[in-house]
Amino acid sequence: MSVATSAAPSSTLAARPEFKTRYEHFINGEWVPPSSGEYFDNVSPIDGKVFTQAARGNATDIDRAIDAAHEAFKTWSKTAASYRSNLLLKIAQIVEDNLDYLAVVETIDNGKPIRETKAADLPLVIDHFRYFAGVIRSEEGTISEHDETTVSINLHEPIGVVGQIIPWNFPLLMATWKIAPALAAGCCVVVKPAEQTPTSIMVLMELIGHVLPKGVLNIVTGFGVEAGKPLASSPKVQKVAFTGETTTGRLIMQYASENLIPVTMELGGKSPNIFFESVADADDEFFDKAIEGAVLFALNQGEVCTCPSRILVHEHIYDRFMDRVIQRTKAIKMGNPLDPTVMMGAQASDDQFQKILSYLDIGKQEGAEVLCGGDAYHQNDGLENGYYVQPTLLKGNNKMRVFQEEIFGPVACVATFKTTEEAIEIANDTLYGLGAGVWTRDAHELYQVPRALQAGRVWVNCYHAYPAHAPFGGYKKSGFGRETHKMMLNHYRQTKNMLISYGKQKLGFF
Amino acid sequence: MTKRIIATEEAISLINELRHKHGPLMFHQSGGCCDGSQPMCFPEGEFKTGATDVCLGEVDGCKFYMSGDQFEYWKHTQLILDVIKGRGSSFSLEIPLGVRFHIRSRVFSDEEVAELETTQPLT
Repeated sequence: MSVATSAAPSSTLAARPEFKTRYEHFINGEWVPPSSGEYFDNVSPIDGKVFTQAARGNATDIDRAIDAAHEAFKTWSKTAASYRSNLLLKIAQIVEDNLDYLAVVETIDNGKPIRETKAADLPLVIDHFRYFAGVIRSEEGTISEHDETTVSINLHEPIGVVGQIIPWNFPLLMATWKIAPALAAGCCVVVKPAEQTPTSIMVLMELIGHVLPKGVLNIVTGFGVEAGKPLASSPKVQKVAFTGETTTGRLIMQYASENLIPVTMELGGKSPNIFFESVADADDEFFDKAIEGAVLFALNQGEVCTCPSRILVHEHIYDRFMDRVIQRTKAIKMGNPLDPTVMMGAQASDDQFQKILSYLDIGKQEGAEVLCGGDAYHQNDGLENGYYVQPTLLKGNNKMRVFQEEIFGPVACVATFKTTEEAIEIANDTLYGLGAGVWTRDAHELYQVPRALQAGRVWVNCYHAYPAHAPFGGYKKSGFGRETHKMMLNHYRQTKNMLISYGKQKLGFF
Repeated sequence: MTKRIIATEEAISLINELRHKHGPLMFHQSGGCCDGSQPMCFPEGEFKTGATDVCLGEVDGCKFYMSGDQFEYWKHTQLILDVIKGRGSSFSLEIPLGVRFHIRSRVFSDEEVAELETTQPLT
């Protein structure tokens, strides 16, 4: 049993905004009640209480949204890049002007600390809209001259109406990662937010809904099987983008195969964070940065696809390094996520909370040593029913299930290695390949090791940075497609090749 | 006989409720992020299993599958299908009911591992 308790200081808490009692779908530029007339409760993970309701969408609502998107596509797909760019810039500005408000809404919807929504989630939302507004102004098609009278021109054309299924861990940011490039590319979009976090995007739509022409961006809330499946399997959708887990990923690919449409998938990871011996050569600013780099497993309560959930440490520096990592982990301040000094908030849902506790149980059964944490975290002051877990470090080996499965909680598993080769072998011994971290003062290591790691993003002497302009996506079972970079535009477009002859001579065949 | 997958009474009761509405069912154990590491319940045949999947057994007549490579990391544990309150986020059939199938695990003894490798080899 956990003995940790805390009472939240109410005086410093960010004020809760007024929510509507229920939110409808946003379809064709209007708020539309669900065709079933039904709504479902949205529970805040902070206190386990219902704070609003969301529309319970179904196939009829999805169909209506897709039809609206198709109608809008007729004109949106032909708009000038400068026009779309300016609208994305307007959206970014509105988000920036309402940053504090949206940050509080996101914290209440998701449970993450206000410190992070203000400093990371919302600033990144703004920057990603601006980035995609920028790149579509600067990029060009290509042209090649095949011979004296033949020219080949490659032009980009938007792929059509896109279905996007959004996860609950960064509700607004993950929606932005998908919406911004799709709109920039000239596509129209139907979004299905996660059922755990259906509200913040609707609050965003209250602010930005009027900016875009009607039907360009449609949001339908609901449960996966009732709203997500009709979207993913619709023959009227030209592309599906999904972030989530492997079984649903496969199912969506199966539907896509029936419709012969492309998909992009981001399916998580079990990211290694490797600390080489030279890290501890001095107890200096860099050593301190590396310690923080290990403790970043607690960012967003560990609910990050690239959570650095496997800490691999050279055995020679284990004690010196891990003593400080444990000390820093124990110093993580928990409490009410609306308190600006709180560093770790609530897990996003009850079942997520239970799943993490199940993993702590299996880790202990497998013989993992609990270095710190290891249980739920109980709070007073009205937060008794929130979903809080202590930041936890487990020591074990890479064959344990806690080293192999994405716990998606504030749990990092620690193992040692003797050689660089062993570090690489352990790091790559996973089904996934999304992120990895390499920490070293050795100039050769910092180039050679990242190239040997099977992961789409290798952070070198840093971790958990997600700037626009650096592509993000997975190797192996972590999926495919590269977000947060202009290369994502091509996942929402096709290439029109015009092969032009301006010679007058016939071929002579017929 | 040792089983790789078993279910609680609550899970079986939920299976019956869903079967009444959706007909025969199947399960596929997920991996990866968000709702990963949770079992997914579908109408039988909705999810196309392939040569890379293994069937761990049946729960109340429903086949329970997992990717073979994932099974390699899971095979030393017995899976217990349970139900918890919650929402999940996937196409699993029970989610609209406000409950979620959930996997608990128990590490097999060496004797059980030896028995399973003889009687129910899956790899």
